[in-house]
Amino acid sequence: MTAHDAAVSARVAQAWDVLHGVLDPEVPAISVTDLGIVRDVIEHGDALEVVVTPTYSGCPATEVIEQAIADALVAAGLGPARVTQRRAPAWTTDWITPEGREKLRAYGIAPPGSCAGEAAAANVQPIRLMARDVACPRCGSAQTERLSAFGSTACKSLYRCIACREPFEHFKPI
Amino acid sequence: MSTTFAPLPTTASASNAAASTTTESIVFQPTPQQAYLMRVGDSCLIHAQRLAEWSGHAPILEEDIALTNLALDLVGQARALLTHVGRQTGFDEDQLAFLRNERDFRNFTLAELPGRRAGRDFADAVLRNFLLSAWMNLMWARLEQSGDAEVAAIAGQAVKESRYHVAHAADWVVRLGDGSDESMRRMRQAVARLWPYTAELFETDDVDSAAAEAGLGPMRAALRVDWQAIVEPVFADAGLQVPAAGAFRSTGSRGVHSEHMGYLLAEMQTLQRSFPGGVW
Repeated sequence: MTAHDAAVSARVAQAWDVLHGVLDPEVPAISVTDLGIVRDVIEHGDALEVVVTPTYSGCPATEVIEQAIADALVAAGLGPARVTQRRAPAWTTDWITPEGREKLRAYGIAPPGSCAGEAAAANVQPIRLMARDVACPRCGSAQTERLSAFGSTACKSLYRCIACREPFEHFKPI
Repeated sequence: MSTTFAPLPTTASASNAAASTTTESIVFQPTPQQAYLMRVGDSCLIHAQRLAEWSGHAPILEEDIALTNLALDLVGQARALLTHVGRQTGFDEDQLAFLRNERDFRNFTLAELPGRRAGRDFADAVLRNFLLSAWMNLMWARLEQSGDAEVAAIAGQAVKESRYHVAHAADWVVRLGDGSDESMRRMRQAVARLWPYTAELFETDDVDSAAAEAGLGPMRAALRVDWQAIVEPVFADAGLQVPAAGAFRSTGSRGVHSEHMGYLLAEMQTLQRSFPGGVW
């Protein structure tokens, strides 16, 4: 590795460190890297390019997140930085890191299960027939019931724990 | 069905108004492949507009949140496709959504049929959501194999969203159809009102042929069997009869819309028409 390569790597590594601290505005417990939407950080001469895969098609936070990423990198002295989108492959909750899942749970949001089962169950059937195995993020009980398919954002649904009686949100697998 | 009128003459008030208070419509002349994508994008957009009418008015709070969340997904899907077609035609997504004339919209008539504002029942909203979501789910799944990489990428995300759209709608079709005598009566009325408009979802024309030949996406007619395989079991669970096929064909996907479309666009477009280029 040449000195130049080492310098490049250092800047990209610093950028990743900064991105670990950029929070999702709608779920401010986890960062954009926890969420798994940052796919690449590339150095083009003077400028950094951060490649992001959007979550939901209609997520209103997408533009805010992109701005927050660029602002954070500039504030850290790593700019100029631009954010580009990469749609394929599509984002999945399987990309949320283990740390991200633990942060969600600590924040009171039940993390999503694996999507493997979702794809297998892709054939359409009424929701009431679907299996529900969402553990309460507070007491860990599996005795929970869904109150609403949608919650404060499209990515979450509303549940209630039958054991500890606390309501909680569930980050849906997609 | 719509009645065809000659274009209205420019009104006195419009011609007298200051230039800044009116906005010219764009001249949108898509290729057959672009028109094909606009059928999908416009159907998402117009359906989203109808679903959004339920914001603050759904029968229960949970469903209020659900319908507006579904609308948000549909707006996102529409934005992606309109942006993609816009790049090829020199327009941005806002120009395509807000400055096109009625005849230049290619959505299925089913998407624009009256909603809550016109006194239509919640059962109509539920049924339309189910019938259209099932079609969208199949279309997105096929578009994942599109020869247009950007379309395939958009479809890759949208197909996952359409999966829970159709599951949610199917749940409600069964709940109402297999519910009380009153909910069953209303679902049957909704089926009678909306079913004739489903034939358009499987028509064939030169736009479909051009898209299929170019490897962009499937002929609509190719989705029919899979669509029936989704719809019929849910109707059976709901205790609803699938109506017999009729001769009526709606024509929204060719740009000839029902009498309801103009009112919808007037509301959807009024801000950009009144405050050209307005952003926030």
